[in-house]
Amino acid sequence: MNTTRRTVLKGATASGALAALIGAGALRPTHVLAAEWNKAAFEAKDTAGALKGIGAGTPVESKDLILKVPDIAENGAVVPVDVISNIPKTTSIAILVEKNPQPLCSEFDFANGAMAEVSARIKMGQTSLVKAVAKADGKFYVAQKEVKVTVGGCGG
Amino acid sequence: MSSMNRREFLQMLAVASVAGAALDARPLLAAGNADALYEPANFGNVHFLHFTDCHAQLLPIWFREPSGNLGVGGALGKAPHLVGEHLLKAFNIKPGTHEAHAFTALDIAEAARTYGMVGGFAHLAPLVKRLRAGRPGALLLDGGDTWQGSATALWSKGQDMVDACKLLGVDIMAGHWEFTLGDKRVMEIVENDFKGKIDFVAQNIKTSDFGDKVFEPYSMREMNGVKVAMIGQAFPYTPIANPRWMIPEWTFGIQDDNMQKTVEEARAKGAQVVVLLSHNGMDVDLKMATRVTGIDAIMGGHTHDGVPQPVIVKNAGGQTLVTNAGSNGKFLGVLDFDVRGGKVQDFRYKLLPVFSNLLPADAEMAALIERVRAPHKEKLEEKLAVSEGLLYRRGNFNGSWDQLILDAIMEVQGADIGFSPGFRWGTTILPGQAITFEHLMDQTAITYPNATLTEISGAQIKSILEDVGDNLFNPDPYYQQGGDMVRVGGLQYTCDPNAKIGHRIQDMRLKGQPLDAAKTYKVAGWAPVAEGARGEPVWDVVARYLRDKKTIAPRKLNQPKLLGMTGNPGWADS
Repeated sequence: MNTTRRTVLKGATASGALAALIGAGALRPTHVLAAEWNKAAFEAKDTAGALKGIGAGTPVESKDLILKVPDIAENGAVVPVDVISNIPKTTSIAILVEKNPQPLCSEFDFANGAMAEVSARIKMGQTSLVKAVAKADGKFYVAQKEVKVTVGGCGG
Repeated sequence: MSSMNRREFLQMLAVASVAGAALDARPLLAAGNADALYEPANFGNVHFLHFTDCHAQLLPIWFREPSGNLGVGGALGKAPHLVGEHLLKAFNIKPGTHEAHAFTALDIAEAARTYGMVGGFAHLAPLVKRLRAGRPGALLLDGGDTWQGSATALWSKGQDMVDACKLLGVDIMAGHWEFTLGDKRVMEIVENDFKGKIDFVAQNIKTSDFGDKVFEPYSMREMNGVKVAMIGQAFPYTPIANPRWMIPEWTFGIQDDNMQKTVEEARAKGAQVVVLLSHNGMDVDLKMATRVTGIDAIMGGHTHDGVPQPVIVKNAGGQTLVTNAGSNGKFLGVLDFDVRGGKVQDFRYKLLPVFSNLLPADAEMAALIERVRAPHKEKLEEKLAVSEGLLYRRGNFNGSWDQLILDAIMEVQGADIGFSPGFRWGTTILPGQAITFEHLMDQTAITYPNATLTEISGAQIKSILEDVGDNLFNPDPYYQQGGDMVRVGGLQYTCDPNAKIGHRIQDMRLKGQPLDAAKTYKVAGWAPVAEGARGEPVWDVVARYLRDKKTIAPRKLNQPKLLGMTGNPGWADS
């Protein structure tokens, strides 16, 4: 374990870490700080509504959109999600949990040329399909996988 | 006489003895069988000895294999989901032999008395020595679940097993229940006791913040001029099946992608043989073998399946052998590879049952065990009660030991319903045998032993049973957790293993009345995984019950009515 690095980073402020990401070109400050809150999409109560809110409609499945989630969540409160889009001209990635009360968890925008790769921690109340939706060159693509949320205990 | 003929002769002698001879002939029988059983012909130039899931059983024990290990979906009728006569037939094992007894529950009480106890580190030690003598460079692999399962392992925080494994000569180890001693204790053992002696490997444990590796993913050794890599796989669902708060900074999971990368890295560094020392459970191993290429053998555990021969899985990279080596110190797997021209050409495998009567105790190991037990001897040997019937744990839905625990916690706590975890470890008591405190600890020795009493609704009860049922019967092994169904006391139900989650558990009844989804019921349980759980250790609750009863009548098993399982070769009525 790299204790030194961990200690240093724990000491750093969150804004410092965010500034580093912005500096590296991963996030556009205008979007992070000033973009209009997509109220309709984030407050939608079902997946269809959330997809409509981000302008996706019915996205098509793509093998170039890679969604990495666990088969069974170790902790429903913080489920790690990694999304990588190898689709050229990807400009945004959204993460949705179908059975959450409000399915849209997050939406990331990328400046032209930025690597379309995001890592996030999402909250899940129950077993559900998790969807990653990417926008590339004006079209929408989807990758999805079921993540099981279980009561635990009893194994082995 | 060539060695092959001699062996055949001795096997014949053994069969003849069992068939016709009285117990007086046992010394002759024992001598014959020891050679027949324990001298698998030397083969090849790369050798692995493998035991797994010994659950801290240092002494010889009785152990009943399951008569219920249902396979559903693609696993129906295939190893490891074969029991009793189905298993004997599939692996061509003659009924009425040492091996038939070792691999099945057939005529358990009678057969146990005929063939004697199984396992015990003092008996495993001479077997390891004997096999190593004919296999220079052989590596001894421990699949994990070694530091938990007995009173002395619990009280010494695993130290008795750590010392016994060092003396036994373990080279590489993987883990699962080890983590229930807490992350600090695990690191203390790995960084001190094991340093330079035993490599604790796990490719699938990372720190939850940055994803840094916690343990070395694999160990590279050279054997008879051949480079071999042993990759470790911890039980992927440890933080779900066991308390996550004991290992708060680590994350697990199956991690196929990283497994593939690790195999490729080991191959790039010159490994001609790659073995995965796995605690996935056999169904997960079988699926992984179809997805990850470049592994010569997955030597597995966790599901405690004593599988006599490997399952050969064909995949894009060739083939992968998948083995599972049983539990409780009862078996030692021997895998020999013939490696020439930079790759595996052929193999031989045998899963050897450890019969204590056939393997004279190793003096040094016996002394170590004696030393470990000495301070606790009186407490361990306290006779709590005498059991009139057979007490065992293994089985998909219930075991008589679990029924006894359920009866005890429900009566002592005044509960309507009892839940006991579907653990697969725990030893067996023969009819007429005294139950000692040590035997009770064999069933209950965990670091979160609290007995609990909670009031929960009928709807919650249904949802718990569905959840655990899906861990066992989900047709996709990657969603299975490798334990058995939660044992249920008081409540009757019907189970349809082929149904989907939400529909498997039907017709739940309490004293004949349908369970009311809205009503609350008093439920007794133990082994809560949540942090801060309270309650008396379950062994104290059960010990009081046993001391009070003095004689334990044969248990009446509360089993669900099963749907769609008629003729399933993973089920035998016995």
